[in-house]
Amino acid sequence: MKQPRFALTRRKLVESKLFFPLVVLALILLFDLLFVRGFFSIQTRDGNLYGSLIDIVRNGSTVALLAIGMTLVIATGGVDLSVGAVMAIAASVAAVLMNPYVLARELPPNLMSLINDPTFTFQPLWIVIGVTLLVAIICGLWNGLLVAYVRIQPMVATLILMIAGRGIAQLITNGVRIQIFYERYSFIGQGWVVLPFSLYLVILVYALAWLLNRKTSIGLFIESVGINSRASFFSGIGEKRVKVLAYTFCGLCAGIAGLVASSNIMTSDAFNIGMTLELDAILAVVIGGTLMSGGRFSLLASIVGAWVIQAITQSMYAFGVPAFALQAIKGVVVILVILLYSEQVRGLLRRVSVQKEA
Amino acid sequence: MPGSDFVVEMQGIDKAFPGVQALSKVDFFLRHGEIHAIVGENGAGKSTLIKVLTGVERQDAGVIRLDGEEIAPRSPLHAQRLGISTVYQEINLCPNLTVAENILIGREPRRLGTVHWKAMNAQAKQMLVRLNIDIDVTQPLGSYSTAIQQMAAIARALEISSAKVLILDEPTSSLDAVETEQLFGVMRKLKSEGVAIVFITHFIDQVYRISDRITVLRNGSLVGTFETATIPRLELIAKMIGRILTELDEMSQIKLESSEQIHEEALLEAKGLGLTGGIEPMDLELHAGEVLGFAGLLGSGRTEVAHLLFGIEKPDSGMVTMDDRPVKRFSPLASICRGVALCPEDRKEAGVVDDLTVRENIILALQARRGWFRNLRTQQQYEIAEQYVKLLNIQTPSVDQPVRNLSGGNQQKVILARWLATNPRVLILDEPTRGIDVGAKAEIQKLVLSLAEEGKSCVFISSELEEVLRTSHRIVVLRDRKKVTEMSGEVDEHSIMESMAGGEA
Repeated sequence: MKQPRFALTRRKLVESKLFFPLVVLALILLFDLLFVRGFFSIQTRDGNLYGSLIDIVRNGSTVALLAIGMTLVIATGGVDLSVGAVMAIAASVAAVLMNPYVLARELPPNLMSLINDPTFTFQPLWIVIGVTLLVAIICGLWNGLLVAYVRIQPMVATLILMIAGRGIAQLITNGVRIQIFYERYSFIGQGWVVLPFSLYLVILVYALAWLLNRKTSIGLFIESVGINSRASFFSGIGEKRVKVLAYTFCGLCAGIAGLVASSNIMTSDAFNIGMTLELDAILAVVIGGTLMSGGRFSLLASIVGAWVIQAITQSMYAFGVPAFALQAIKGVVVILVILLYSEQVRGLLRRVSVQKEA
Repeated sequence: MPGSDFVVEMQGIDKAFPGVQALSKVDFFLRHGEIHAIVGENGAGKSTLIKVLTGVERQDAGVIRLDGEEIAPRSPLHAQRLGISTVYQEINLCPNLTVAENILIGREPRRLGTVHWKAMNAQAKQMLVRLNIDIDVTQPLGSYSTAIQQMAAIARALEISSAKVLILDEPTSSLDAVETEQLFGVMRKLKSEGVAIVFITHFIDQVYRISDRITVLRNGSLVGTFETATIPRLELIAKMIGRILTELDEMSQIKLESSEQIHEEALLEAKGLGLTGGIEPMDLELHAGEVLGFAGLLGSGRTEVAHLLFGIEKPDSGMVTMDDRPVKRFSPLASICRGVALCPEDRKEAGVVDDLTVRENIILALQARRGWFRNLRTQQQYEIAEQYVKLLNIQTPSVDQPVRNLSGGNQQKVILARWLATNPRVLILDEPTRGIDVGAKAEIQKLVLSLAEEGKSCVFISSELEEVLRTSHRIVVLRDRKKVTEMSGEVDEHSIMESMAGGEA
């Protein structure tokens, strides 16, 4: 008899990219269950849910957003180091469009008196979001063109924007940190509809990426280019266009993450927003089981990877680890996670499970 | 019974992979100082047997003895320390390092903690002299021919241990006749020094030229071990594929019948097609229903012409017309849309996408032609893939298997399926039978003829002249990146060889 094609066997479960990130997440939550009192308690206020678990999802959303775009880029065999800087650029663009304080000299004085008003915005919200995302897309496009057409190595190509990006963000705001007063903007990062609004954004972007990958052939082409770009070229795949698309999408994700981050702190802070987040995003993708050399990927696993990172941070805070020691402890946990992924450990686990089955 | 005259004894070796019994109860005995060929079709278990012997894989059952003592190689490195060295099909060396560095990397002679370059070069030179090769070892390895690179790999393999056993996995697949002879010289020399050599190849003539004994595997089982001198060729081939070869006769029949259906006017025509630094301008005509063979030595420009026709590279002189319309866009995608397909020479580099499944590999070019948004439904993908798996007799447990798990010949068939799925009118096959077994070779040759019979125009490129002669209606001979001549009708091997070599013409 022929086996059903999509049968969920134990082997498939273990080999699925989602398996290990979920195991790691479960282990961290188990630690919390045992050692941190009240970690799992969830309160309801005005019909919205609050608690440590919700915080993990909310605070992890920027990295999750970045990880979605980063997954596609890494799957093509590249990497995007500029996402943190693009977040800063996005934050600056958004801030300038809502609070034109830096353009004060060119604006009528009656406008300036309105600036501190939480209901005032220079441009309507849809223009703010639209223009910001457009700028982010252009940033991604720039990276993609450098990598695909100019053939600069991805790490070098995106390093350019990583370094220049924070300068550009500063230029946009004329070197000042702009405070955002417009209250509706805060909803993006701080809003709640039963669950944090930023979680819905993650779901939305994930759905978009999923459609892009599964309802079109782009997912297949990205994997194919990442595994063997020459063979893909011989097969008629426009590998350059595939790469440009991946980087552009990554830029868009960084733009959305930038909106969330600036909405959280209601300023444009070119030197804080998205700082070192590119590394967290890459780590999330790695935890999600996508190889840095490219190829097979799982978007969902990368998102779980982002939550794993946030869960580590959150658990350490809840456990009472001082902030200054956090990075070191995070490092230890990361090493353990990566060890779980090594071929040796996997081989060991496989042998153990085979013995059990026998 | 095996006595002490065996250097390696493998007994009752079993090895299973998910879905495949790669080896079952295989025995293999290797004598001191013999050249022992292992032959068999793709997936017969040759590579697996070698992997078990060299510690890449661990056998499920059976014992391995080296000089009578039981061994359990844990890794290739461990096997090397025991005295079993391997030179793989793909040369695993660094072309940008010097020959000496490649041979001695990791074991450089040192003085005061730094590399003693002079001693290193001298030592490398001496090792190559042992193989009758005299070259400048301070040049980058990449500046030498594939054959020399192969010799360097052998020298390295011999240096690692005082090797008792040397395994050569398809060493001649990228060598031309002269280079092969050079390699055989080295093998004979080593044999006379008492090294036992295991020689894996698909070339039956070479087996007869060099080996003392032959072990035949089929479907993971041992068929038998024979003295080369006592087994006739046809019998050997019959043992390998388990049936008698009648395909050859069938084929000339098909060829004869199909030659009546060749269209008069050209389907694709190239005039003065050339690329500076690539190939010199030449004229070519491809007809529907015809197989056009390209004959020529390695480096004669066969592959370069194929690349130009398919748009991998853009010609800088001449023009190409298809259906009497000039071709303007040169790219693989544009070619696929025109109905041109190229099955590339280098399967690993330009052919398979090894982590993708058989199904995904087969639909890749078809999907590329359909573009990003007209996605083939999963159901359709399965139908197409399963259809070609059946048609080409691809050995795989399922179409969801990653292509990397398939044997070389089956991978080649997957690539062929990828191109057939696009339903091309012009099919260019660059070395479609390289590194695959006799049975599959005959299958592919027959397939090419039947495709021509269906009205496709095929270009058949191969370094095996016999094969080109057998399949082609018309033959273009290339030499030094130039078209030398064109022959059709009854062509004899001798005259083609003369123009390939460019004697006193």
